[in-house]
Amino acid sequence: MADEETKQDQPDNPTPLRRPGEGVPPPPQGERPGVVSDVVALGAGLKTTLQEFFRPVVTTMYPEDKTPRSERYRGRHYLRRYDNGLERCIGCELCAAACPVGCILVVAAENTDEKRVSPGERYAKTYEINMLRCIFCGYCEDACPVQAIVLGPEYELSDTSREKFIYTKERLLEPLPPDVQARLNDKASGTGTTPPHADPPHRAGR
Amino acid sequence: MNDLYNNAVGHWVIVTIAIALLLFTVLTATAYTVWFERVALGRIQRRPGPNRVGPFGLMQLAADGVKLAFKESFIPAKTDKVVYVVAPAIAVAAAFLSWAVIPIGLWYDVQYWIADLNIGILLIFAFSSLNVYAIVLGGYSSNNKYSLLGGLRSAAQLISYEMALGLALVPTFMIVGSLRLQDIVEYTVTWGPYHGPLPLIILTPVGFVIYLMAAVAETNRAPFDLPEAEQELIGGFLTEYSGLKFVMYYLAEYVNMITVSALAALLFFGGWYLWIVPPVLAFLGKVVLFLFLYIWLRGTFPRLRYDMLMRLGWKVLLPLAIANVVVTGIVLVALQG
Repeated sequence: MADEETKQDQPDNPTPLRRPGEGVPPPPQGERPGVVSDVVALGAGLKTTLQEFFRPVVTTMYPEDKTPRSERYRGRHYLRRYDNGLERCIGCELCAAACPVGCILVVAAENTDEKRVSPGERYAKTYEINMLRCIFCGYCEDACPVQAIVLGPEYELSDTSREKFIYTKERLLEPLPPDVQARLNDKASGTGTTPPHADPPHRAGR
Repeated sequence: MNDLYNNAVGHWVIVTIAIALLLFTVLTATAYTVWFERVALGRIQRRPGPNRVGPFGLMQLAADGVKLAFKESFIPAKTDKVVYVVAPAIAVAAAFLSWAVIPIGLWYDVQYWIADLNIGILLIFAFSSLNVYAIVLGGYSSNNKYSLLGGLRSAAQLISYEMALGLALVPTFMIVGSLRLQDIVEYTVTWGPYHGPLPLIILTPVGFVIYLMAAVAETNRAPFDLPEAEQELIGGFLTEYSGLKFVMYYLAEYVNMITVSALAALLFFGGWYLWIVPPVLAFLGKVVLFLFLYIWLRGTFPRLRYDMLMRLGWKVLLPLAIANVVVTGIVLVALQG
């Protein structure tokens, strides 16, 4: 029974490489290459490798030299401040909700008149990103209503222990690299040099 | 010096020091051959090769050696333990023993050698044949099908190429009339106004070509590296070896490579004679040239299929070598008679 079933699964005529009765294809026409042409071919191979030997190497000496990075590259996260020094983050946790892997932890606290951290009602008392989990999708940046969290260009994030990959608020609040600042200014003014198609489709409505 | 040498104890002191010096020299040469190979192969593939450890990556071998030396000395279960440990030692011992009779030309009539034998080249062949035992025993004792296949391949390959290799050199011995390497290098001819050492490649070009090909197979180098064949046999006889035992096989391969390069220079290119170039530099230059040739071959040709290798050995090189011997004999008899 089982045999019949497997037989039925296979197509009747599985486009054979050689149809029945077609026979073996004829041997290649013309002179068979002789010893001399074989040796010449070997010499041609040696010549090719010797030429390559004297051509310049193409390796990028990585830690010293780096290949240019795309403008749209998104690496590690930054938390931004306003010009007056106040933190942008208002502790709304929309980034944590948008995160597909749940690597963001936000614990909000109330702002008081004595201790004002952000202009809104609340601020992020704790803001942690587990970089081992982060997939750099950028949804947190999309979700943020006050553009507090942005992704920067850094990609050299390796470290020596798992604990060091939990980026705390202090680390994330480092000043933005200038090129990220320029990108955000472009976005704000709307007259940026970035072409419209540079934004992924899901951002198009904004 | 002569008094000391004739004294029984002094003799052994001098020989021991000479052996230590030679071991040091060959080991250093081997280390830098590995570096040279990695850099040259890299350049052929348009990458720089090792360039991190020390200037130009020259200390890379020290780093690799330390790393391998500190690895766990691991012996897989169900191996033939004694043979498994002894096999790499055979490889490295056989490789170094060849250097006992190879004269290193320092000046025109000053050579560095451990033993001055009148059958020097025969001894080298005897030792290089021992290398097969190392590979076969290593492959057999590892209790691994890939190792066993690698060992079997090596046995068949080395037997078939040893014949061609030996026969390729017979015309040289017939012309020179000696098996002593010093004699072969110093072989002189008087031909019209010319009187001086003669690079024997002029007289035995066919022997040289056969030697070149057979030597690649003899040292298990690409494109004849079938016993190792990392793509199909995972590493052949080397599969189960790691740490210092692996180093010994690795070392043996490169020492053998230098040995056949030095032999090519001595037997066919007049050893340390090269116009007005100082003999040491001439000898070194010729050896390096042959080393580069081997690396160049490795960087160019894909590995031969097993049956193609055997066909080349038995059906092309061996008959060619025999014909070479016969023709040389007829010519010699005609010239003398």
